[in-house]
Amino acid sequence: MTRHLASACAAALLLIAVPVSAQNKASVTGVPEIPFTSVPNFLKLPPGEYLGESVAVATNSKGYIYVYHRSAPTTKLWEFDANGNFRREIGKGYYGFEFAHSVRIDKDDNIWTVDEGTNMVTKFSPQGKVLMVLGRRDPPLGFAAATRTGPNPPDQNYTFCRPTDVGWDPQGNIFVSDGYCNNRVVKYSPEGRFLAKAGSEKNGKALGEFFLPHGMQVDGNGHVWVADRTNFRYQELDNNLKPIREFTNIGVGWTICISQGPHQYVFASNSNPNGNAPGTWDITGEIYKMELDGTIIGRFGKPGKVTPGFQVVHMMDCRNPNEIILGEIESWRVQKYILGQPQASNSTIKAAAAQ
Amino acid sequence: MKRFLPLLLAAACLAYFPAAAQNVPDIQFDSAANALTTPDDIYLGEVSGVATDSKGNVYVYTRTGHPTISLGGARAFAHGGSRLFQFDRNGRYTREIGKDLYGFMFAQQVRVDKDDNIWTVDQMTNMIVKFDPQGRVALLLGRKAEANPIPTPPPPAVPPGVQGAPPGSGQPRDIFDRPTDIAFDAQGNIFVADGQGNARVAKFTKDGVFVKSFGSKGNGDGQFDVVRSIAITAQGDVYVADGGNNHRIEVFDTNGTYKRQFPAVGNPQAICLTTGANPILYVSNSNPPNNIDTAGEIYKMDLNGKLLGKFGRAGKMLKEFGTVNAIDCRNPNQLYVGEIGNLRVQKITLR
Repeated sequence: MTRHLASACAAALLLIAVPVSAQNKASVTGVPEIPFTSVPNFLKLPPGEYLGESVAVATNSKGYIYVYHRSAPTTKLWEFDANGNFRREIGKGYYGFEFAHSVRIDKDDNIWTVDEGTNMVTKFSPQGKVLMVLGRRDPPLGFAAATRTGPNPPDQNYTFCRPTDVGWDPQGNIFVSDGYCNNRVVKYSPEGRFLAKAGSEKNGKALGEFFLPHGMQVDGNGHVWVADRTNFRYQELDNNLKPIREFTNIGVGWTICISQGPHQYVFASNSNPNGNAPGTWDITGEIYKMELDGTIIGRFGKPGKVTPGFQVVHMMDCRNPNEIILGEIESWRVQKYILGQPQASNSTIKAAAAQ
Repeated sequence: MKRFLPLLLAAACLAYFPAAAQNVPDIQFDSAANALTTPDDIYLGEVSGVATDSKGNVYVYTRTGHPTISLGGARAFAHGGSRLFQFDRNGRYTREIGKDLYGFMFAQQVRVDKDDNIWTVDQMTNMIVKFDPQGRVALLLGRKAEANPIPTPPPPAVPPGVQGAPPGSGQPRDIFDRPTDIAFDAQGNIFVADGQGNARVAKFTKDGVFVKSFGSKGNGDGQFDVVRSIAITAQGDVYVADGGNNHRIEVFDTNGTYKRQFPAVGNPQAICLTTGANPILYVSNSNPPNNIDTAGEIYKMDLNGKLLGKFGRAGKMLKEFGTVNAIDCRNPNQLYVGEIGNLRVQKITLR
């Protein structure tokens, strides 16, 4: 018995210890630096409370900040006001919470969580009541599904395999990026009915295929932007999930954010890899600000244990494109960056796009 | 072979979840929004059981999640994962019953007897718990496994019978294998639908003394594929929903003697029998948890299996159902329906 457990633990450790694939430098050059300041002591936690891996952060229309973080005994969703004061916990003990991956807020201020431990996407009302669930948590019967092994099972319309992110088009259709053991993006109607998908359980390099779609957002045209992490690129898909183009010169494709309002900007993070291997801080970590057409406006930020450095940016909120809120895995922290104006650039720099 | 597999699978799925029966009238109905309200720090998980008592209180047995494994010196121990909540007749939260109860891990069903005792069935601890109306434990059937081997060896497809008994007929005592439901006859005898592992019904006296088992794995008269749900009339007819590949309702007397059967539509995961002079049956055709584009409706039937009407379909909106696992029909035109897929209870009024 203990031997089984020991071997299971050893296997789990091995999985963790597999080196993150060596990270390449983004190939785009000459990008102007955007100056910024980090707001000190941005989130004020209640006495005795701690954030865990702060993988997910989002704001609503009132400026409230939602942090979905990996804590104990399970993952937690916390609400803060616009000044960073703690308001409340939502979903305490909720069935769909185990291992946080994303939180996003829709246009009606509903709160959506994506949990890669339970394989559930949950829509909460602004009051924190469950309105809809997508996906299903595996029953614990037999303790069978502790660690999945072998090839990915075939993808299914209504279940996920470690999903990563959620978004909506202007019509309210729901998009889910899915994920670590599927490699696809799925579209649902506002009522939660399956409409379309791109990709499958298999990873691939062609346009419209993915290898760990790790972050996703939908722009005002209904186009779906996917951070295609292990393929080291971003992809733009149309509303029916047909690929439009890819961006291959701005780094790893860890997470993506699209600001609101009539003039939207895209923020793409070339996040530094977990583990901080020697040299990685010199060539990774920066965040790019782009137009929807791929024109790069500038870049900002660099890795560091101490603010204003950051440790593996896992999600960005960019409701206001001049105030970026960053959730970090490895420093268990949320930072707010106030962006300034980039130095003027003489030439137009484009993210490399292939049709 | 491989290339035929998808076809075979599709055929099997069609057989398993046939299209809704034709020419069955649609029953008009409403669903109350937010039928049950919970405090801010309580969330329903998968609702596997819902039942009312004679005062209209509503009991919900739900998989709230987060069972934990504790490492002992030589064994691993599992706890938690389900909770039992009580609401008043207006749907307001009243209290939790059985907080941290040793027998609660993977909720399967809750039923209330004629004396307003509350009975829970748990698929993971394999325990039946009787609570008195005050919420105190009054009687226990079954015993939770002391410890849990991890990883778990795969269970046999059908547990072998003991002493030459046919497979699935279980043991002549209160040891269950993923029990699913419970019902009582007029004398208070206890009938346990057992279940998803075994394929039998086990009868006990009202004091919990084992009387007999009936049924075993198979598709013959009096056999079961998956014993999904059970209900008993005042006259002592025992209605057993036989799911899996059998899609039928079988009728026994209270001695377990097979009497007759009639088909169910699809997957009868939940049944409810109304009381009164002319009882009727509500029978679900529950959709699988991973698909809302098939089945999902609930049928109203007479006791000969004639389909009187149907309502609902699979989905996530109000008036749609996500894998119905429980129906309460104390009031024959106002049902409580517990859903696995949508983590909720709907209060349905039939027009």
